[in-house]
Amino acid sequence: MSFTTPTIDWAAFAPIIIVLGAGAAGILVEAFVKTPATRRTVQLALSLAALVASLGVIIAQWAALDGAGTVVMSGMATVDRQALAWMAILLVFGLLSMLLFASRDGGGAFTELGATAPGSVEEKLARRAGLQLTEVYPLALFAVGGMMLFTCVTDLVFLFVALEVFSLPLYLLVALARRRRYLSHEAALKYFILGAFSSAIYLFGVALVYGATTVTDVNMIGTAIVNLADADPLLLAGAVMIIVGFMFKIGAVPFHSWVPDAYQGAPTAVTAFMGAATKAAATAALVRVMFVAFAPLEWELSWLVWAVAIASMVYGTVVALVQTDIKRMLAYSGVAHAGFILVAFAGLEGEALTALPFYLLAYGLATIGAFAVVSQVRERAEDGGVGAEAVRLGQWAGLGKRSPLLAGSMALFLLSFAGIPMTAGFIGKFEAFSAAIAGGAWPLVLIAVLASAVAAFFYVRLIVLMFFTDAPEGAEETIAIEDGALTRVVIYVTAAAVLVLGILPSGVLNLFADASVLLVSVGG
Amino acid sequence: MNPMNYVILAAILFSIGAAAVLLRRNAIVAFMGVELMLNAANLALVAFSRIHGELDGQIMAFFVMVVAAAEVVVGLAIIIAVFRARQTISLDEPAELKG
Repeated sequence: MSFTTPTIDWAAFAPIIIVLGAGAAGILVEAFVKTPATRRTVQLALSLAALVASLGVIIAQWAALDGAGTVVMSGMATVDRQALAWMAILLVFGLLSMLLFASRDGGGAFTELGATAPGSVEEKLARRAGLQLTEVYPLALFAVGGMMLFTCVTDLVFLFVALEVFSLPLYLLVALARRRRYLSHEAALKYFILGAFSSAIYLFGVALVYGATTVTDVNMIGTAIVNLADADPLLLAGAVMIIVGFMFKIGAVPFHSWVPDAYQGAPTAVTAFMGAATKAAATAALVRVMFVAFAPLEWELSWLVWAVAIASMVYGTVVALVQTDIKRMLAYSGVAHAGFILVAFAGLEGEALTALPFYLLAYGLATIGAFAVVSQVRERAEDGGVGAEAVRLGQWAGLGKRSPLLAGSMALFLLSFAGIPMTAGFIGKFEAFSAAIAGGAWPLVLIAVLASAVAAFFYVRLIVLMFFTDAPEGAEETIAIEDGALTRVVIYVTAAAVLVLGILPSGVLNLFADASVLLVSVGG
Repeated sequence: MNPMNYVILAAILFSIGAAAVLLRRNAIVAFMGVELMLNAANLALVAFSRIHGELDGQIMAFFVMVVAAAEVVVGLAIIIAVFRARQTISLDEPAELKG
């Protein structure tokens, strides 16, 4: 049997290689740089440099790209403008999150030594020795690299590998909170079991689709489905399982049960990264699979998209109304947003290819900003120092008087979630719903608009609490407002971006409109 | 023997694995259920590869095995961390999160 070595266009993969390579280099830094303080500086500089360099390469590739894009490894991956746009979005999220990871508010977001049991002697010794968990930077780089791969891969099995490359570091990051470590462990365990469960469902779906069509390349699956005489039950079952796998990652009802727990238990910096980037990466992959591979099954699969979208919007909104924990409230709002994202998939219209990157960019920036604000409002510890985050809604009363900038930014992010005009969220929702209307799904859009209106209630409730409610007598001393430079930079940058995207969206929208073509390769 | 029987066996193993994840409360057993699901997918890939008379499916099974091994490393690390903290790995017992 003859074996021909495939030719690989390494240049097209350069942005991903830079990020994953820096992750590998970060592991070496762990081994060779001894003092924790130096290690932190080196790791942070390395990570930021890698992400900026990768972003630079993507901009250069975007400028130099003539025609639709590059097919890499005989059709295993496709670097087209759509993929480049998603990668750039993920890198921006990665950069902002990396600053949050490095922030030292309240002693930093991460535990000193992940292997110690909470409250044990070893934990105290690790704290006294001034240890710092700097492995989080390479882990985050691997997650970003895996997500970037996830947006451009066009082979279902390769897609599974990319899915695990970005999921495994995230499971670990969730477990590494500095405070409330029991909660963090429990969140990681639940996230891991459900995440592994969903990827197994996805993989079995891939096996069934491979059985029905003899191929795993998304383009060839699309062609094979058209040529099949009648709908094959094997193919339909496989397609549903693959989409369910993605819906787990997006966090749509009824596959959302990990979302509130993982969001609440994870270190807030990780929650910000996970909430913004995982949703974006999973949406990007779902776009490619739905528009290329399963486009001929649009009619058969539309019931699934409709049912899950409606369930997510209604359930996410209603349950968010009764939350008293701010991180859980934002998590359920994320579930509702997963429904809004799926609305854009109705009818598989070309407009969705412009709307979805914009929607996810707007949602991700507001999410990172909102969780950055959460990491600034803290309880006072018994010894007078700064303690864990104040996540009960009541503890936020009167924040507007104490820190107008912080509360103002939070209000802006919440209004963007709600989709109020002049914010990025409004443009995102408008574009997503327009795509669904073009696909003839007006009942779905009607429900989405109603859900947005109800959702506005709990966003505004928090704004009223911050600005128009006085903190109860003596409660002010129990809350400390942190003023970490890195976190503040992230908050103000995301707030400015949300405003700019809301008032002058045309530049970014035009970029995404250029990106709204999926390169269909004739691989093989 | 009809190779389609192996696909049916794979579906049965997959269902057993899924049932283990959803019904068993011990984290290790739930995790074994996930591994059973992944191996059922492998069996299906190899069986389909035989049915189609080509090698692709068998090569994919290798990729899946490597990924599954990496997943075991991460999963057991998390389970051990939970066990050290609370001396139990029941999925019901740690109930600080509402689920």
